[in-house]
Amino acid sequence: MSFPLLTATAALPALGAIATAAVPAAQRVAAKWLALLVSLGTLVLAAVTLVRFDPGGDRYQLTESHAWIPDFGVSYQLGVDGIGVALVALTALLMPFVILAGWHDADPHETGSRRWRPTQGFFALILAVEAMVIISFEATDVFLFYIFFEAMLIPMYFLIGGFGDRAHEHGDAVAATQRSYAAVKFLLYNLVGGLIMLAAVIGLYVVAGSFSLQEIVQARANGSLHMATSTERWLFLGFFFAFAVKAPLWPLHTWLPNAMGEATAPVAVLITAVVDKVGTFAMLRFCLQLFPEASKWATPVILVLALISIIYGALLAVGQRDIKRLVAYASISHFGFIILGIFAMTSQGQSGATLYMVNHGISTAALMLVAGFLISRRGSRLIADYGGVQKVAPVLAGTFLIGGLATLSLPGLAPFVSEFLVLVGAFERYPAVGVVATFGIVLAALYTLVLYQRTMTGPVKAEVAEMPDLRVRELLVVAPLIALLIFLGVYPKPVTDIVNPAVKQTMSDVHKTDPQPAVEAAK
Amino acid sequence: MNPVNYLYLAALLFTIGATGVLIRRNAIVVFMCIELMLNACNLTFVAFSRMHGNLDGQIIAFFTMVVAAAEVVVGLAIIVSLFRSRHSASVDDASLMKL
Amino acid sequence: MENLIALLVAAPLLGAVVLLCGGRRLDAVGQWIGTAFAATSFVIAAVLFADMLGKGPEDRTFTQHLYSWIAVGDFRADVGFQLDQLSMTFVLLITGVGSLIHLYSVGYMEHDERRRRFFGYLNLFLAAMLLLVLADNYLLLYVGWEGVGLASYLLIGFWQHKPSAATAAKKAFLVNRVGDMGLSIAIMLMFTTFGTFAFGPLLGSEGHQGVAGDATQGKLTAIALMLLLAACGKSAQVPLQSWLGDAMEGPTPVSALIHAATMVTAGVYLIVRSAAVFNAAPDAQLVVTVVGGVTLLFGAIVGCAKDDIKKALAGSTMSQIGYMVLAAGLGPIGYVWAIMHLVTHGFFKAGLFLGAGSVMHGMNDEVDMRKFGGLRKYMPITFVTFGLGYLAIIGFPGLSGFFSKDKIIEAAFAKGGTEGWILGSVALLGAAITAYYMTRVMIMTFFGEKRWQPDADGHEPHPHESPRSMTIPMIVLAFGSVFAGAYFSIGDRFLHWLEPVTGHSEGDSPVSALTVTLATMVLLVVGAGIAYLQYGRSSVPVVAPRGSLLTRAARRDLYQDDFNHVVLVRGGEHLTRSLVYVDHTLVDGVVNGTAASVGGLSGRLRKLQNGYVRSYAVSMFGGAAIIVAATLLMRAV
Repeated sequence: MSFPLLTATAALPALGAIATAAVPAAQRVAAKWLALLVSLGTLVLAAVTLVRFDPGGDRYQLTESHAWIPDFGVSYQLGVDGIGVALVALTALLMPFVILAGWHDADPHETGSRRWRPTQGFFALILAVEAMVIISFEATDVFLFYIFFEAMLIPMYFLIGGFGDRAHEHGDAVAATQRSYAAVKFLLYNLVGGLIMLAAVIGLYVVAGSFSLQEIVQARANGSLHMATSTERWLFLGFFFAFAVKAPLWPLHTWLPNAMGEATAPVAVLITAVVDKVGTFAMLRFCLQLFPEASKWATPVILVLALISIIYGALLAVGQRDIKRLVAYASISHFGFIILGIFAMTSQGQSGATLYMVNHGISTAALMLVAGFLISRRGSRLIADYGGVQKVAPVLAGTFLIGGLATLSLPGLAPFVSEFLVLVGAFERYPAVGVVATFGIVLAALYTLVLYQRTMTGPVKAEVAEMPDLRVRELLVVAPLIALLIFLGVYPKPVTDIVNPAVKQTMSDVHKTDPQPAVEAAK
Repeated sequence: MNPVNYLYLAALLFTIGATGVLIRRNAIVVFMCIELMLNACNLTFVAFSRMHGNLDGQIIAFFTMVVAAAEVVVGLAIIVSLFRSRHSASVDDASLMKL
Repeated sequence: MENLIALLVAAPLLGAVVLLCGGRRLDAVGQWIGTAFAATSFVIAAVLFADMLGKGPEDRTFTQHLYSWIAVGDFRADVGFQLDQLSMTFVLLITGVGSLIHLYSVGYMEHDERRRRFFGYLNLFLAAMLLLVLADNYLLLYVGWEGVGLASYLLIGFWQHKPSAATAAKKAFLVNRVGDMGLSIAIMLMFTTFGTFAFGPLLGSEGHQGVAGDATQGKLTAIALMLLLAACGKSAQVPLQSWLGDAMEGPTPVSALIHAATMVTAGVYLIVRSAAVFNAAPDAQLVVTVVGGVTLLFGAIVGCAKDDIKKALAGSTMSQIGYMVLAAGLGPIGYVWAIMHLVTHGFFKAGLFLGAGSVMHGMNDEVDMRKFGGLRKYMPITFVTFGLGYLAIIGFPGLSGFFSKDKIIEAAFAKGGTEGWILGSVALLGAAITAYYMTRVMIMTFFGEKRWQPDADGHEPHPHESPRSMTIPMIVLAFGSVFAGAYFSIGDRFLHWLEPVTGHSEGDSPVSALTVTLATMVLLVVGAGIAYLQYGRSSVPVVAPRGSLLTRAARRDLYQDDFNHVVLVRGGEHLTRSLVYVDHTLVDGVVNGTAASVGGLSGRLRKLQNGYVRSYAVSMFGGAAIIVAATLLMRAV
């Protein structure tokens, strides 16, 4: 038997989480280094996975399968396709930056106490999230996926509720209240989604008699498993609802601005760049493959919701006064693009959507982490409290601008490629949808540039006059992300080559082909 | 004698016990009423055992007695410690277990 | 030789990277590094040009394929370059004028502490602009297109501490984004219609016809109109013209390079490059000419009323690009003349802006022409070069503008029919107004009495000639303004050069070329004469008079900005504010309401849990009774 690479990729951060949590109270710094090393080790494993993955080979590769609860048909089945492996790599890639950016976020206020170990807890929780997210991207057993999809909520709940920004404009008591409100809202929202999905998971087992994704898909393809139209639709809705909450899709989005606003910047990155991706990923993997007909049936409504997300999220981002909430609403707009790409049912749309997940992860991480550095310097999240930062901290302002330009999908940076693919993918099947979505790019420019103008330009405000520029640690976080944004913008081929075959198979699962150009079709 | 009369008696005892549990405040009395109900059940079991001609009911009656004995031990201990802390044996005084 | 094309883009890009990432160490020499990279690019361009001249007119298209950029399904975009006569013209203009303006900036930005970054941005602009004109497909062109937008954003807002500059930069980017939307939709339409958006297969190249004409009329018109929208954004044409005036907040070399000579002409490039599409969509072409004609008058009228020398010149730029767009809309009759005017305009307008910068340099950055006057004595070189640019732009016989503008007016008449008459008359009228506002600028700045006064701190400006690094570029550009037109026109050199790419037809003009020239001359004299009577014969008041209704409207850009402000900005603000409210109360309210009602219900249920043993006992008995009753009931049924 070969080395279980996929299990190892998920197990390493899980074990790392336990080890980090066990570090004694006095050794806070050791815990940080341990967490960083574990995340780097995971990155190495993910890189090996990426190298071992053969884009031209079988659909699911590096598979592992063990019986787990045979009485209920539950097995421990892992396997990655091009989409999964790309997202595993993204997750493993972002984690060291998240940890490095949050280096001082969980330092205890008073260091005297021996029992109090927030630092260890913070980094252990981050690693736990990483492990669960990675295994969600790898699971090919519906039940296994469900367990980790839900279990992820627990560490996330503590990360949001337990750790907030150091200084808060309304004082600590208000901050704690708002934080716990945000954490509970996050938890309840996602639990409701998860419960409905659980019902659908059980329903699927009743209908199909198996939890194995591949078995069910095969049985459906060769006709040995027949699903009544209404059954398929109900099950689809059950799955989709949970993923739409997680993604989040309008109108199920209101937990995200609260959660991202109250959490520290690294945790906010964790939410939007990593955890939320499980939602959109699962739409591609589970909704489309298990329920192809129902997916097509629901497409018009989902496309409209995605369009609303794009425009609505962008408009609300324009109206925000809080930097982090602004980024949150921008993310809602971007998730609209991702869902639009998935349900456009064209290869450009779906490849673009997958690429979008990766690029959005990197670009939001860059923007949000720099915003976090900014916020930690001034102790305020309000845009109005800043002004003229460019003058005192040019490097910070420059990286912030690049992060913003990536968010508005400037050509030459990675998000442009994915956004354009999604737009083309949507346009070729539904021209009107594509045109409306294009308005999103104007609005994206608006919220990004307004944010930059209000915070970075103009006369220097007295409160920011002494603001130091980026430190070495912070530069170490931002520079690689920016380099990656430029590299993937100029040369996205490494990712598209991996993703394209998987998308092709997904397209054939839903029995869809790309529309032909009008001129060719006429001939 | 008609064994059904035992059942009537058991029902009467049970009702007396239940009423006592519901309306009396003194923990000891409530406790005794519970015993009364248990014994009413025992009586029914034995009566049915006699009527049906098998020993199942009698066996269950023994079990009930054992449970009742155990219950007396634990219950009296609780009542005594309650009395020590509150200087009262009224069940209404022990109302802290609420949300 | 063809492999050099990538170097054209790479050189300034490398310069930008070096300058922007180099840190403070390069502060002292940054300006020279930037200039050197720009000049390198110009040298490469010259080498390629010489090589191209050595080949026959039919195989002057160089291509270089670098790598496959995006490939998903049938969607293929490559990073590849195409250098033909049209691109070459632009490359020479961009690198040539660009290098001169780098040199000029060395003097102009001498005292700016963020000079290194300025040159980094300028290099970034050159790279993006070269990418724009060298790309061999529309998506790569789009990269350059937004790249120049970014460089323009950074440079307009270069003095970010001024809120007005930051706002102007943001406005320029946003208005351009609206145009970019047009370009993306056009590319999407091309892809769905033809399955490709690469120049070769779509527009055709030597020896083979492109597929551009095969689509239905409706699709072609849609593509062409979307391309026009893009061109309107970048080239400041009505209705997306509002950003150009504000863009003058940037340093003057930027206004000269980006907002006069090169970037704003990208729209004209786009239309001429897409000639195959436009030729097949006559309806769209008509719209193009209308846009050009309207902008031509719009810019000219605005230019007449501005007292800010740069804004007056910006109005003029808008108007001149209107001429080019008008010519490009005429189809094969006008393509060559559009590009020829673009090149000559590049010379004289860049020269004029540099002259304006030189004046500002000597006048403590004053831009109000009412506070100039009589400067010819203080700045002789600036006066002469500015004067030659002035003569060129109004179309003084023999100078550059005379040849190129005259051809456009002729071509407008040659469109034929009523349209031809209308467009021709508009172009003629524009020439008269051009003469008027340029004479006004000239007189207010260089003639008459000196009108400057000490500023609030008591510093009186001491006008002086600029350093040599600034005057040399002005002199070179003045040469271009004087001789370029004649050089291009003698023996129809420019026509023969560009014809293989754009195609050309003479059209059929109802009026003879001589009549047009004479009419232009007469109108020129009339326009300049009125300006002389108004500003030369009588003294210019230092405080602007209230002016007529039209003057006041023109000062406020014909209220177009106010319209934008009221409808788009205010409307948008209300929309976002109400949406924020809706999100909070309605969308989130439903969720919170659900949570609150569940909470309320459980609060009520909690009351049952009162802690009294006896009430629990009652509920137990009640429950037991219900179960027994239910069991009996089930038995009975």
